[in-house]
Formats: sequence, structure tokens, C-alpha cells
Amino acid sequence: MTSVPHRFAPVQRLLHWLMALCIIAMLFIGVGMVSTVMPEYLPLILIHKTLGVALLVLVLVRLALRLHLGAPPLPVDLPPAIKLGARLSHLLLYGLMIVMPLLGLGMLWAAAYPVVLFGGIEIPALLPQSDRVHTLLWNAHVYLGLAFFAVVLLHLAAALFHALVRRDGVFATISPLPQRERMKPTE
Amino acid sequence: MNQPGRLERSSLGWLILIAAVLGGSAAAFAYTAGWLTPGRLTPDRMIAALTPPSGPPLGHRRNHAKGICFTGMFEANGNGVELSRAKVFVQGSYPVLGRFNLGTADPNAVDATVRVRGMGLQISAADGEEWRMAMINPPIFAVSTPEAFHDLLVAAGKKDPEAMKTFIAANPEFAAFAAWSKAAPWTGSYAEEPYNSLNSFVFTNAKGEQRAVRWSLVPTAEPTSIAQAELKKRGPDFLEREITDRVQSAPQRWTMVTTVADPGDPIADPSRAWPENRRKVQVGTLVVQRIEPERDGPCRDINFDPTVLPQGIRVSDDPFPAARSSVYRKSYDLRAAEASDYPRTEVAKP
Repeated sequence: MTSVPHRFAPVQRLLHWLMALCIIAMLFIGVGMVSTVMPEYLPLILIHKTLGVALLVLVLVRLALRLHLGAPPLPVDLPPAIKLGARLSHLLLYGLMIVMPLLGLGMLWAAAYPVVLFGGIEIPALLPQSDRVHTLLWNAHVYLGLAFFAVVLLHLAAALFHALVRRDGVFATISPLPQRERMKPTE
Repeated sequence: MNQPGRLERSSLGWLILIAAVLGGSAAAFAYTAGWLTPGRLTPDRMIAALTPPSGPPLGHRRNHAKGICFTGMFEANGNGVELSRAKVFVQGSYPVLGRFNLGTADPNAVDATVRVRGMGLQISAADGEEWRMAMINPPIFAVSTPEAFHDLLVAAGKKDPEAMKTFIAANPEFAAFAAWSKAAPWTGSYAEEPYNSLNSFVFTNAKGEQRAVRWSLVPTAEPTSIAQAELKKRGPDFLEREITDRVQSAPQRWTMVTTVADPGDPIADPSRAWPENRRKVQVGTLVVQRIEPERDGPCRDINFDPTVLPQGIRVSDDPFPAARSSVYRKSYDLRAAEASDYPRTEVAKP
């Protein structure tokens, strides 16, 4: 990397906030749809499938951008344990963003359900029907989904901690708002 | 501005705010998931109501648990194209996979004790697009709403005879189904039964015209009325034996008849029949060519979810298909996880 960026690039920030909204919606839709028998079940599951596939595409774009453009460094005074936690939680978030849609698709394929998205787009099955595979992927999708929500909450807590308590400029690197000059020594 | 890395007294307020944001988010999530509202009608509660006192039928469907697989063809005569642009209505032959079944949560039920007989069916278009449905032989459904169906299951499961009386008083539409149940003749064969969608769906044709429809598979075999007491003498599995022998000697046929609603017909309530004089269109013939036991058969792994629909067919205001889809999905998840309780006899499955 030639130069260390102060903030994430605008396209990275845009993707972050767009995906954040979609992922939170997905998590709520996910737990909501499996606990209802109301007519909303059908549009919810259609949105869940369509958005899930869209998010899979978006996370790959985002990962490519991250590898290409990099990320701003964490503050030097951040304790090493917190730095490690930040790195691990971001790895975990990326991992979940990639794995959750794949598990979702896989569990539908393994149950011999046709995967039809909004607009009638059909995703061909890449796995044969299998009770065992379906059960494995379905359990993974459910429990990792709950874990995903927990990690999102942790991420939110850390973001707010940086923005409100530490005020160390970390939040500004991803903030959707235009920023004044970063880290003015006096304010 | 704070010194980075050092907390000040004013930080306490922010920390409390952060805790409140997290707590609120977690509470909203728990509410959405139904964890805070035990009264919500969830698929789990519907399945609990379906479960007999002896316990769930492990490895089997939670309702219509006893069944037998069939394969064959759907021969479309082309008349359906006027109603729906679904590819399976274009004149031609389409492979089908299905399942004759009994409306009971007991996979070992004695055939002559189960009033409702059903058929799960999947028709595949040339490009693999699927249409799945699950139909039963009564001409109307027992109740108007999924909530009432849950209440019916709960009432029927109670030993208290007053429970059913209370249910019927609250759900007077049940009378029509009760009358059918009492008076309709029993037959000695799955091949002599009609199978009705009961739920309404919306067909859209190539011009974009939409019509609410219901459909029935009307048997070409002449139904012969046989007393229930007589059927009880035929053994616990006589229906499966009979259909196996019958299809072995000749394919069995049903005519698919679509009924088109007039404006004002009850679309959202499957407990109410449409008047007899509604327009009927024969769209094709189901030909059942081969019967296979469910244990290793091709229907075992299929969830006959009635919302798996091709382009040109969609759900209507009828609340049941969504509820059925939700509950069938849960039932599938459960039985797939319990597959070892219903072991296949074949060693390997592709």
C-alpha cells in the first residue's frame, strides 16, 4: 500500500452503511418470518432470499475494495487487547457476511426447495437434497444468525464507544457524514 | 475534548446511553422473534397443536403423516393457457411426483379411521420450474382462518367434550365440514377420491388478466361407496395396498378442473364453497403411473408447500397458503433432522 488513508474511501463508506441497514433488516426479518404464520410470511421470506443473495454479491465487492484500498490505522494509543478485539470482530463480521447467504442457499438446495428471488429470478441448485446436509446448514444458519446479531451489537457498542466516549477519530473514518479536518488538536 | 484513552465523569452518561441502545436493540430483536409474546401463533405452536398426546411422529410429516409416493405425468390440454401463463398449461406432457396421504399425525394410523384423504403433487415444467400443491378430498375446508384451525386442533385434542362445543359455537363455519365428515360416502381407494385445492390462487394470463381460481382433481375412476365398518375389515394399510395393485394393472387418471371466481365470491375463506354455476375449465389430466413406498420413495424428501408456484400463478387473499408454507417448512426441518428415526432401507442415497 502506497499511502495510509485517513478515512475509508467514499465507496467503502457507502457500502458499509448500505449493507449495515440491509444486514440489520435481514436479521430482524429472519427471526420474524420463522415465528409467524401470517400472510406476511411470504413477502418476508422473498425479501430475505433476494436481499441475502444481493448481500452476498455486495460483500464480495466490499472485500475486494478493502483488500485494494485498505483501511485507516487504529489510534496508536489503543490498548493492544482492544486492537486485537477490533481485528477479530471485523474478521468475524466479514466471515459471517460471506457465510450466511451461502448457508441460506445451501439449506434451501438441500431441502429441494426451488430458490426463486424477487422478479422470478431462479438460482439453480448446486447441492442435491439431503436430510443431513439440510439439518447441518439450517442449524448453522440459525445459530450463526443469532451470533451475527450479537456481533453486530458488539460492533455498534464499540462504534458508539469510539464516537462518544473515546472520541478518538475511529468513528470518523467510517462516518457517513462529511467530516471537518480529521483530529484537530484543538476543538 | 476528552483525552483519548481516558474516561471522564461525563462519559458515564454516554455509557448509559450505549447500554440503552444495546438493550433496546436486543429487546426489539427478541420481540420480533416472538420470544416476548408467547401468545403469537407461530409455526411451533401450530405443530405443538398437531402433535398427538403420544408424541410427535419422529421423522415424519407433522400432519398427513401417513402416505405413499407416486410418479406419472400431467397432460395439459392447452385450455389453461387462457387463464394462466404457467408453462405447465401449454399443451404437452409434464413429469409429476406426488403423494397420496391421510389427514392424520399418526404414520401408523388405521386407514379406515381417517376421514380426510389428500394428495401432494408437484408438476415440473421443461425448464425445471415447479408447481407444488397439497389437496384434500372434502369440498370445503373446516375453518376460515389459520387461527381457527389452531383452535380446532386444540379443542379436538381435549378430553373435555365441552371443548368442541365451545369451538363450534365460536366458529359456526365448521358446521359445513362436520356435515361432510358425517355424511360423505367412504370409498375403498385413493383413486376414487377427488382432491381439491380449497385455497384460492390468482392466475395471470399472457395478457396480464388476473382471475381468482380454485382447482380440483376429479377422478375418472367411478367412486363406490363402502361402509366405514366394511373398510375396517380390510386391514390397517388397505389403501396403500389397493392403490399399488390398481396402478400396477393400469395408470389412474384425474381431470384437473379449474373453477373461476365471479366478483364477490369468497376468495379469502376456504370454508365457503363457490356457487356451482361458476365457470369451470378442464386444463389437463393427471396420470399416475407408478407407486412407491414412502420410506425410500421420491416424495419423501419433498415438502408439498402450496406456495411453490410457477410464474402465472400466485397466492390470493386466502391466508392459508402462507400459514401452510410456514408450518410445512418447520415440519420439514424437524423431520429432516429426525431422519434416523425413519431410516431408509436403501444403503446409499444419491
